[in-house]
Amino acid sequence: MSLITTLARLEAVRSGHAQPAATVRHRHLSDRPLVFVPLITAGEAGAPLGALVGTDRDAPHLLAVPQPRDRDLRFAFLAELAGIVLPHVEAYADSVEAAERSETDPETGKRVKVEVDLCADAAQLVVPSRAGIDFVRLLGRSMRFRRTAEQDPETPHPAPPRVPLLGRWLTHYGERARVPGSSLLLAMTDLLGRHWASGQSTLEDQHLGALLAWIAPDGGHGDEGYRDDGPGGGAPTGAQAARRAELARDAAGQLLCPPAGPATDPAFDNKLLAPAIERYDRARTALAAAEDGLEADDRLGALTAAEREIRALVESRTRPTWDAVWRGLDLLRALPAGAHVDERWTRDRWSFTSHRDRILAGEPPQPRRDDAVTAANKLATREREQARLEAQEALDDPLVMAGRRLSGEAFAGEVVDVVMAYSESRRPSPRPLVTVRTDDRPHLAERAKVYRALNGKPQTAEYVGPALSSPDGDPDDGTVLLRITDKMGRGKEPEPGSVPEKGDLLCFTLFEHEQRGGAKLPDPEQTPWTHGGPPGETAAAAEAADAQTEEDVL
Amino acid sequence: MDKAALASALGSPSAFGQSQFALVRGNAFEARVKADGGAELLRLVHEKLDRGAEPPADARVPDLSATGPEGRTARTALALREAAGAPGTWTLLDHPMLALDVAGSPAFLEPDAVVVHPDGSWTVVEIKSFPMLDGSADAAKVGAAARQAAVYVLALERVAARLDPAPRVRHRVLLVCPKDFSNLPTASAVDVRKQRAVTDRQLARLTRVEDIADALPEGVCFSPGLPAEELTAAVEAVPATYAPECLSACELAFHCRARSLADGAVTSLGRPVRAELGGLSTVEDVLAAARGEYGDPDDPAVAALRRAARLRTEAMATTGAGTTLAGTAEGARTGAAEGARTGATGVSEVRPGCR
Repeated sequence: MSLITTLARLEAVRSGHAQPAATVRHRHLSDRPLVFVPLITAGEAGAPLGALVGTDRDAPHLLAVPQPRDRDLRFAFLAELAGIVLPHVEAYADSVEAAERSETDPETGKRVKVEVDLCADAAQLVVPSRAGIDFVRLLGRSMRFRRTAEQDPETPHPAPPRVPLLGRWLTHYGERARVPGSSLLLAMTDLLGRHWASGQSTLEDQHLGALLAWIAPDGGHGDEGYRDDGPGGGAPTGAQAARRAELARDAAGQLLCPPAGPATDPAFDNKLLAPAIERYDRARTALAAAEDGLEADDRLGALTAAEREIRALVESRTRPTWDAVWRGLDLLRALPAGAHVDERWTRDRWSFTSHRDRILAGEPPQPRRDDAVTAANKLATREREQARLEAQEALDDPLVMAGRRLSGEAFAGEVVDVVMAYSESRRPSPRPLVTVRTDDRPHLAERAKVYRALNGKPQTAEYVGPALSSPDGDPDDGTVLLRITDKMGRGKEPEPGSVPEKGDLLCFTLFEHEQRGGAKLPDPEQTPWTHGGPPGETAAAAEAADAQTEEDVL
Repeated sequence: MDKAALASALGSPSAFGQSQFALVRGNAFEARVKADGGAELLRLVHEKLDRGAEPPADARVPDLSATGPEGRTARTALALREAAGAPGTWTLLDHPMLALDVAGSPAFLEPDAVVVHPDGSWTVVEIKSFPMLDGSADAAKVGAAARQAAVYVLALERVAARLDPAPRVRHRVLLVCPKDFSNLPTASAVDVRKQRAVTDRQLARLTRVEDIADALPEGVCFSPGLPAEELTAAVEAVPATYAPECLSACELAFHCRARSLADGAVTSLGRPVRAELGGLSTVEDVLAAARGEYGDPDDPAVAALRRAARLRTEAMATTGAGTTLAGTAEGARTGAAEGARTGATGVSEVRPGCR
């Protein structure tokens, strides 16, 4: 956390309201995001209890598992989820535009441009919190190795038809969420935390209700008692609203603002959910023991009532979170998008398209463990994207750039002098010397390269030294002499507009604006023995589904 | 002392609780791991930690039941001594009881299991119900389990030191978790040398309980039956430094947090924040220093703050962003001072003491 963010947090503490941590929106937001608010059963590895999912904020689909330990009910939940998520994803997968990609020609070994399909847009998934992202990944892992009856008639507990496919998509989304700056799968707490500084610690920011309360304290809880909490009787401050969201309980000991999940509050589990599940179990046992049709009808009614009760419980715990996610989206949409957000979203579209292509090509699900080359590629991508994100956010947002200036990685100032000079080669090129006066304190080494944005492209300059004899006569503080070295055209005279002029206000960075790709890794078949050698035959065989036990989860 | 009851009496009840689903599942898993005289558990210990030894068969599982924690501790020590007298066999201690001196008073610990190897060495076994997915588990949970096991290792070492020759307590503990999405146990050896060393050092440095008690004014009482004001004053007599990490560890954290916020301590935003701000420890001091009204401009922390404040103002001004927000913030500023109004202190500097 930079000192600037710290300062914003302290301001937030004093004012009782969150302060901006960004002046533009740094993540892409789809026009039709698919919001997913899941709940899980405590103690079980990824056994869903229920979820709200959908693209319409007023009409979410409610899914619930009345007995989370029952495999068939769980499969029914997953099948229903697949029935909502997959059509949404596939709608995006079907609409493509032509794009170019450079590939290595297998015969000549040269880089050539090939025409490929690129999905015109990609499906975006939004979950409430970071734990939600982990749950998406876990769901993906639990489903993608399942076999349907069609794939393998022998399989003991066949999965419903589309469930393995949903697992592959969720796995892809979960993996992509690990790439910095990607927007395919977003957590609302991360989004809000990126754009606002609350007056609490980052740990407490993981609570969606509390974080949102800092940003928009009177953001319509639809709860009248809510207003009376402030000491003056007026609108609550963010700090008060956050405390209330975090801790306040009703007379029965239930949290007024249920946690964003997927984990539920233990008090809810013990006092409300457990008795409801027990009633459901009893009703089911009674139905199974029914002796004639009339009795069965009655007991079916009881079972339906018990199920309805659990559905109502699930809805009561997910709906506040669902509304909070949409309120968060409203807040974020009010911010203008950063200039580079679209470019990063295009990378997400490429990622989406490539996964679509892998599925269309009939490739097997993602393996449990990546091979050495894939893993190295993923790591390299994350590192590159991290650097890209940091650079682009700084260029898009003066508030982020301020942080880089504070840490000496950038400086802004006024051009006080420009002297034309030329390189000493046979064909002299322009190498103008620019004097910039700045209040910042960049960590410049001799001949260090600095960059500024010129029509969206970086122009490079070289640090010559402190401008001791600057015309303004102030020999000491904060004047920097730079030599511009590129983007001035091919001629002897620089192209108009490519050389700064006296009086220009410029911002130079010490970091590069664009990231270069790293060295190419070998093909998986060429993996060196130091990294386990080529994958060979073992990897070619499809991975088996997980072993199952009696008290199995998923 | 029941800190949860104390926290409730103070008006800031703790939010810790365990879902009965998790409890049932955890117990079922542990019972499964220890079924058949711990055959599966011993097989895992043999496979992961001691492949050189002969495979466990007819392991001894001594009965450790006794009345009271002292009795059980003595019973455990006796069982360990007996096991040391019978080399070449495997012994499984199911829920032994160990005592560890924490700040001058004994704390009783109950590991899930301790295994005595044929070579006489001891291994701590920790059974957890979070899954090990494709060979890896949640790092935070594994870390917590390792810290917990390290305390058991330390306690066992105290027991071992009283035997002659002293048996070796292995520094690799066995973490047993459900495999993937099943209920089948799988295990992994976890090296806890680092956690052991850290805990050992912390225990050695802990202020002794008597010293803390001596520093308290005469007649201080923490009984939850007392009125809240008296309790608050009593708790305030024990100094504590709240940090957000306390929220996941201590029942009194909410109380300390309210106290810390009322004091305007910057640590309530996180320890790194505090570290960044040098000698400035309250929100008002920092903001005043940033505005240039307070602090020594030659102090690097103050100078950096002023530059940060200037850069932030400049950046906000260039975009005009945040004006709307700043407007609403201004309007509500009056209420902010009372925002954190509750008052009192807690007891948290001494981490292991908080157990």
